[in-house]
Amino acid sequence: MSTTHTRNAARTMMSPAVILLLAWMLVPLAMTLWFSFQNYSLLSPGNESWAGFNNYKYFLTDPAFSEALVNTLLLVGGVLCITVIGGTLLALLLDQPMFGQGIVRLLVIAPFFVMPTVSALVWKNMFMNPTNGLFAFFAKSLGVTPIDWLGHHPLLSIILMVSWAWLPFATLILLTALQSLDSEQIEAAEMDGASSISRFFHIVVPHLARAATVVILIQTIFLLSIYAEIFVTTGGGPGNASTNIPWLVYRQSLLSYDVGVGSAGGIVAVILANIVAIFLMRMVGKNLDL
Amino acid sequence: MGSITLKKVAKRFGDIEVIPPLDLAINEGEFVVFVGPSGCGKSTLLRLIAGLEDVSGGVIEIDGADATSLPPAKRALAMVFQSYALYPHMSVRKNIAFPLKMAGMDKASIDEKVNKAAETLNLASYIDRRPGQLSGGQRQRVAIGRAIVREPAAFLFDEPLSNLDAALRGNMRIEISELHHKLDTTMIYVTHDQVEAMTMADKIVVLNSGRIEQVGSPMDLYREPANVFVAGFIGSPSMNLITGNAATEEGATTIGVRPEHFHLSMSEGKWQGTVGVSENLGSDTFLRVEVDGIGTLTARADGEFPASLGDTVYLTPDGERMHRFDASGLRMVR
Ligand SMILES: Nc1ncnc2c1ncn2[C@@H]1O[C@H](COP(=O)(O)OP(=O)(O)O)[C@@H](O)[C@H]1O
Ligand SMILES: [Mg+2]
Repeated sequence: MSTTHTRNAARTMMSPAVILLLAWMLVPLAMTLWFSFQNYSLLSPGNESWAGFNNYKYFLTDPAFSEALVNTLLLVGGVLCITVIGGTLLALLLDQPMFGQGIVRLLVIAPFFVMPTVSALVWKNMFMNPTNGLFAFFAKSLGVTPIDWLGHHPLLSIILMVSWAWLPFATLILLTALQSLDSEQIEAAEMDGASSISRFFHIVVPHLARAATVVILIQTIFLLSIYAEIFVTTGGGPGNASTNIPWLVYRQSLLSYDVGVGSAGGIVAVILANIVAIFLMRMVGKNLDL
Repeated sequence: MGSITLKKVAKRFGDIEVIPPLDLAINEGEFVVFVGPSGCGKSTLLRLIAGLEDVSGGVIEIDGADATSLPPAKRALAMVFQSYALYPHMSVRKNIAFPLKMAGMDKASIDEKVNKAAETLNLASYIDRRPGQLSGGQRQRVAIGRAIVREPAAFLFDEPLSNLDAALRGNMRIEISELHHKLDTTMIYVTHDQVEAMTMADKIVVLNSGRIEQVGSPMDLYREPANVFVAGFIGSPSMNLITGNAATEEGATTIGVRPEHFHLSMSEGKWQGTVGVSENLGSDTFLRVEVDGIGTLTARADGEFPASLGDTVYLTPDGERMHRFDASGLRMVR
């Protein structure tokens, strides 16, 4: 696209898509913004009125808010750590020539195709249940008191479930990156006297940095809005122990029938997501040559 | 430092024998070129010497000591790869320093050695750039730089010039030869290009499907090719290999005459032929001559030679410099 003519043609061709996407994004955003400044309760419909910043004040001063904020960051950070480190190790393992490689790779990818509600139910009832779960069974056969995962470590339990679901994604991206590493580079490092550990940290890790960045950025987008797993398992509790921002928004708007406060929470969540995005781009975006 | 001896070294990949057992001695300080067509096992042989592949049989000795089962880093050899294999996320300086850092050398000595290498190879002006920002020739230099800082017993080059354009290739050929004179270290150089082999080597090893066809100095190979394969491979344009009656007359199965060993005339000579397409390089003209009963021959003539397409010319091979080969393709002694 170098000449003025082709540039104009390209703009014209692209405009329907761009306009549709803009409308798709802007209309709901504008509506949320509008509702967030309204007194709008579903319990008394037809009585909407201008609320100013009251909804925001209510949402931000709710003691659950700071807890939810910390939980959200712990959830995102925890899952990112587990998936990126675990994914790198799994990718290294899967890159080795072995018997039944195709089947093994397929099985590793499988959890990604299990929908969140289903996986959360399976984890809740079959693994983490303190009386019937598999973990409890192992604990009992070792003579240890079973852990009540969802009751005592609700956030950790959710981090584990979500990590399990996202590990395949990280593994897959990192595996393809690993396979694109020029074998001559590894051989050159070998001849240069680098041990396998030095080769991993000096050659493999820098090579994977770009793919890891992609994994982190994409996962962050989805992890900031984790909801289904909480809905199915802990319902945000006990107390607020596993309440994150999306769950808090849900609780405010639908459980208390208050659309105004819910919308204000939604806008806060959007702002928070942008702050996280800016930090991420600062930290890891330089790997992408943007 | 730097003699390498291969004793009955063989390599199989599964059932395929890529290199049948072969013996080879490389002396200290020699510039040895492995040359042969693509896929003949040159890289494999080099990688066996480097230790990047395990031998299927035989013994590799470096400086008289058995190195067959030593890991690559312990063999004191440095390799320049065809793809250069530079580390893309490190600057030129860090690339060159990497082997020294891995050897646990202190920072001051590393800097000193890197600067010395940069000076030798003229790469100081781009020492802080990344490999991605360099041209092919510059990357080549960095790869060589990374090899020389280690002060290895021998250098291994795997087709190092094949990614460069013709002019740069010519320059780098000379630079690598100069480097060899300066360092006086054994070099093993793999190429499929017989011009590189002829111009650079002290000793050429001609390989064909993993077998060594002949070992010798460039001029030995040019003057006395041991067999039809070497005769056809060494020399540019390649030797005319003639079978049939003309060969039988000489008591051989195949006779070989180099393009430069014909006497050309417009009026008289042994074989009469018609000039086909010819290539005039100014200094020389390479004529393709269609001779009845023999086929197409290439002959070198003076740049001013007056023949043009369709003319009749007479070719007389120089009997002294004609090569005779028997039915199994081996050179016949007179
Ligand atoms: N890792 C390998 N596995 C199986 N066959 C190989 C392997 N490496 C090389 N070969 C085979 O060995 C032969 C020689 O290869 P190579 O040494 O790369 O040739 P060259 O460098 O002379 O072009 C080729 O036929 C190639 O297919
Ligand atoms: Mg090769």
